[in-house]
Amino acid sequence: MPRPKLPLPGFISEFGIPRLLIAVFLVILFAVAVATHMDLRGLISDSIVRVGRNGILVLALLPAIQGGVGLNFGLPLGIICGLVGAVISLNAGVHGIAGVLAATGIGVALAIPAGAAYGWLLNRTRGQEMMVGTYLGFAIVSMMSVFWLLAPFKNPTLVWAIGGRGLRTTLSLGGIYDKVLDRWLRFEIVEGVWIPTGTLIVFGALCFLVWLFFRTRMGITIAAARSSTRFARAAGISDERTRVQATMLSTVLAAIGIVVFSQSYGFVQLYTAPLLMAFPAIACILIGGATVTRATIGHVIVGTLLFQSILTVALPVTSQVIQGDISETARLIIQNGMILYALTRVGRT
Amino acid sequence: MARGGPEQGRVARGLIGRGLLRHAVPILFAGLCLFGILVAKITPPFLLSEMFVRISRNSVLVLALLIPILAGLGLNFGIVIGAMAGQIAAILIVHWGVPGLAGFGLAWLLATPVAILLGILTGALFNRAKGREMVTGLIAGFFANGVYQLIFLFAVGSIIPFHSASMVLPQGYGLRNTVDLGTIQYAIDGLIPLRFQMQGVEIRVPIVSYAVIAVFCMLTLFFFRTRLGQQFRAMGQDPHVAAIAGIAVERNRIVATVLSTVLAAWGQLLFLQNIGTLNTYSSHEQVGMFAIAALLVSGATVSHATVGQALLGTVLFHTLFVVSPLAGKALAGDAQIGEFFRVFVAYAVITVALVLHAWQSARAAREARAETR
Amino acid sequence: MKGVSLSVREGEIHALVGENGAGKSTLMNILFGMPVIWETGGYGGEVLLGGTTARFHSPAEAMEAGIGMVHQEFMLLPGFRVAENIKLNREPTRPNPASKILGRTLESLNVPRMRADARRALDSVGLGIDEWIPVAGLPVGHMQFIEIAREVDKANLKLLIFDEPTAVLTETDAEKLLEIMRGLASKGHAILFITHRLDEVLAVADRITVLRDGEIVGTPDPKSTTVVRIAELMVGRPAAVVAQRRFFAPATEPVLGIEHLSVDMPGERVHDVSLAVRRGEILGIGGLAGHGKLGIANGIMGLYPASGRVIFDKALFSLNEPRMALERGLAFVSEDRRGVGLLPEESIELNIALSALEAHGRFLHPFPIPALRVLEQRALRTHALEMIRALDIRTTGPSQQVRRLSGGNQQKVCVARAMTLEPKLLFVSEPTRGIDVGAKQRVLEILTALNRDHGVTLVVTSSELAELRGVSDRVAIVYRGKIAAVLPPDAPDADFGLAMAGETAQAA
Repeated sequence: MPRPKLPLPGFISEFGIPRLLIAVFLVILFAVAVATHMDLRGLISDSIVRVGRNGILVLALLPAIQGGVGLNFGLPLGIICGLVGAVISLNAGVHGIAGVLAATGIGVALAIPAGAAYGWLLNRTRGQEMMVGTYLGFAIVSMMSVFWLLAPFKNPTLVWAIGGRGLRTTLSLGGIYDKVLDRWLRFEIVEGVWIPTGTLIVFGALCFLVWLFFRTRMGITIAAARSSTRFARAAGISDERTRVQATMLSTVLAAIGIVVFSQSYGFVQLYTAPLLMAFPAIACILIGGATVTRATIGHVIVGTLLFQSILTVALPVTSQVIQGDISETARLIIQNGMILYALTRVGRT
Repeated sequence: MARGGPEQGRVARGLIGRGLLRHAVPILFAGLCLFGILVAKITPPFLLSEMFVRISRNSVLVLALLIPILAGLGLNFGIVIGAMAGQIAAILIVHWGVPGLAGFGLAWLLATPVAILLGILTGALFNRAKGREMVTGLIAGFFANGVYQLIFLFAVGSIIPFHSASMVLPQGYGLRNTVDLGTIQYAIDGLIPLRFQMQGVEIRVPIVSYAVIAVFCMLTLFFFRTRLGQQFRAMGQDPHVAAIAGIAVERNRIVATVLSTVLAAWGQLLFLQNIGTLNTYSSHEQVGMFAIAALLVSGATVSHATVGQALLGTVLFHTLFVVSPLAGKALAGDAQIGEFFRVFVAYAVITVALVLHAWQSARAAREARAETR
Repeated sequence: MKGVSLSVREGEIHALVGENGAGKSTLMNILFGMPVIWETGGYGGEVLLGGTTARFHSPAEAMEAGIGMVHQEFMLLPGFRVAENIKLNREPTRPNPASKILGRTLESLNVPRMRADARRALDSVGLGIDEWIPVAGLPVGHMQFIEIAREVDKANLKLLIFDEPTAVLTETDAEKLLEIMRGLASKGHAILFITHRLDEVLAVADRITVLRDGEIVGTPDPKSTTVVRIAELMVGRPAAVVAQRRFFAPATEPVLGIEHLSVDMPGERVHDVSLAVRRGEILGIGGLAGHGKLGIANGIMGLYPASGRVIFDKALFSLNEPRMALERGLAFVSEDRRGVGLLPEESIELNIALSALEAHGRFLHPFPIPALRVLEQRALRTHALEMIRALDIRTTGPSQQVRRLSGGNQQKVCVARAMTLEPKLLFVSEPTRGIDVGAKQRVLEILTALNRDHGVTLVVTSSELAELRGVSDRVAIVYRGKIAAVLPPDAPDADFGLAMAGETAQAA
């Protein structure tokens, strides 16, 4: 049964209706903010900070999409690796940039084998990657909850004060490496609008490296295998291998991403905190214009900017009109609406 | 025949081995429960009293999963949406102040059209995301949760007129975090209560609730043997062949989703009348995960599940649910560990089932390709 | 498909023959109301059934009207029992209280009647198996007869379509099936029989219609025609020769020696092919669809499991290693443009460069560590522009997505990629399939020029015999997975017809 298509101007259908709605929503939010004389500079400043904070986690999705694995709902796996790195470095008491580097280093070292194993599993469960990834992430996060309780960490700043058993739910980074990257070369462009230079540089550098990677032979091979398995086979490429490589890269980036996130946020969140972290990141890249089969660095940056700005602005703006925090509700609707939209459009162009 | 001794023995051993393998999941799980019961020194009366209640309130939600599996939609993570329909009805009857069995009946009636509507929407969504129904159902549940929050946290009392001081937040709109369902509590459970003492512990058996569950089991079994059930079964095996045979696959997929959503709404109401309070914003959230994990621990799969498995799974999973915090406390001196552990088990069981299913279907696809050669 | 008219009378077997792509499946899809017809634009003209116009929008409507079909792939549910399959969606039912309120679909299954009906249907096709065992695990032949039993069981069956029913059967089973077809026809059913096996057509058909390129090209009388004559009709007469070829002296040394090659390519299986390709020649490979002509190139390039002994360039060539094939200097323009040949989402320049980049590391910036060498965009662009000019690829620019190109230009991109590999030997399969007439000519010219000017040995596989005879120095004809004959392109039509029907193999 052929469905009649709504006649839409080309530029709108190109841009995508949901993306348009989200952009309009953001404009309205800012308009209200201006009209009600809110601290616009503070809002912009906050938005920029949040882009830097979340950007790498969004970037982590790109290799998986480009490698044909699809939306990596298993992002928490890499996040857990980064968290273990962070906790180990905190337990050893490494401060400052060295602490961030140590956390990242350990996280990446764990993420490489974890990503390889995850990629292998995804090859065995082709066609169900999203579901397997989601629940593998859930299972790992809940398994680690048991681990955090039982882990033999002794540093008193990390474990519960009473009883001295098990890690705390949130570990404060104050005085350790709270905002070390955010503060590095930080400057004010207009009064009240601060730029978290270090974090943005790291995000930008990783974006550039990923972009560069997809221009090397291995990167081109990975992307080619994504586009057509049979093409890949004809060119002598093992698409199973390229998918594992893509998954590993995604997992490694997630590990780096959570360390950068934590230093910017000022806390390391354990237990159930990473459980749902994949979903907002996925919404970001989709809002940016990515599909389940195709994503670019531009999608990562635009999507993170749009979605994180909405989350930043929605709370103060709506709280002027109504009491209560509508931003969480708005996040649920926008985030999951966007993912649903993408899921119903697989295989279309 | 006389010389068949050793041969027969091997066959028999093979059968036992295969039987064990086929039932590995429930056997492993039963072992885990037994281990927990032993280390936590849980007494049979305590366990029985807990289990009678938990089985009565969870079984229908698990049964709600069977029909979509039959129709090839996989595990319906969208039953969360059905649970929301049930809760909407529960909120309304408390608002109108209809108590007791009448209130429960009214809630049941109200929930039905809401669930049908939401089921049609979900089913249509599934039709647009073929092959990805499970992840779509999961995300649709999250999305519906956002809309539900928007309605009950912001629209109720502001846009929608709703003025029960006891239910609305002090600011004048938005529902409180809990709604007291005291007026319909035990509306079904308490109809023919059976109570008896066992080693000093009072055990209550809600006879009518069990009767309701029995009726739903029978209806499901009856449905499997109807023409529509046969159509669903055919679709579940191969939608293409079913379509060639003239079965309206897309329409039937929506019907299956609707049936599941309605059953989930009723199941959630049965659950709530036992609990007696509604956590407005969280009662529904874990419904899908717990029901699905319960079904899967019985050895059911993404593509095959029976009524018996639904019941067995409910028993096993909720035994673990009762036992694991106590076992955690007995083993590590911390109930928290047991709580984290049972959540881990729920997720792990689902993960393993999904992996096995995806693994098998990927292999089946490879073999099918090989066969056409 | 255009201007096709045919009729089937009650009690008659009407055979429909034609190459793949001749329009047989389109006709079937129309008759059976398959949704694909309506999704791709519907059809003109009309279908008359028993004198009234019928227009089926779904298989259900077609079945209702009395059309039955035995499909090429099995339309059986392996997990269902035989009787359940036979009665699928036509189950006898009993009313119950629920069905009285909620409608007929909730009636209970009447299992004893299902079994009895199925038993009767199975007996009528002479299949003695238990009707209550699962279909999974039954032999292929049994499944085919269950399919027929299912159609026979339909009370209102008027027209029964057999879509290549014998393709998967053993010889004995195939004979039994033909027997049953005759039996059904004698009971008054009209039968439309679609097949590639021409001897079967002659054995059972009352009338024959030959389709080619969507048109009827002949209705030979089965009593007086021959297999050769039908084969000629199917492949068509040679058109004008595309380019005047100089014919090679047979003394040229072989560059590729194929001995006892077998390829496990579904639908195009190759059994024990031995063939020598001479350096600098254009070798054509022809034959009817399904006989394995496409399997040869696919097998050597490592796309499907292959076995045998292959010598390339005087050294042993290892099969089943696509990478090795590229590195040794072979290249392949696949018949499956969209699946194997192109990355439709990617740019023209990347598509052209990709294989050479993969196999030889071309188009990368020099850097000491190979893994860190980055794409050299400028070299990529320059090369793409060169190819676009040389092959006359009509495009808005080298960064255009390949899927936006027409079929002919896509094919040129495929050729450009193969050329970029600078191969010693190039396999080209179905070079002109699905592209328009003007582009066809151009693609063939490019290929012959490649051979003439650059000395690339070509192996061209095509369903269009005329085309093969136009460009090749020699034409090998494949029949049932073996080489039936290697003929000069100016050999008489009858020789080609005979080879395609497998007659020469037996005669010689």
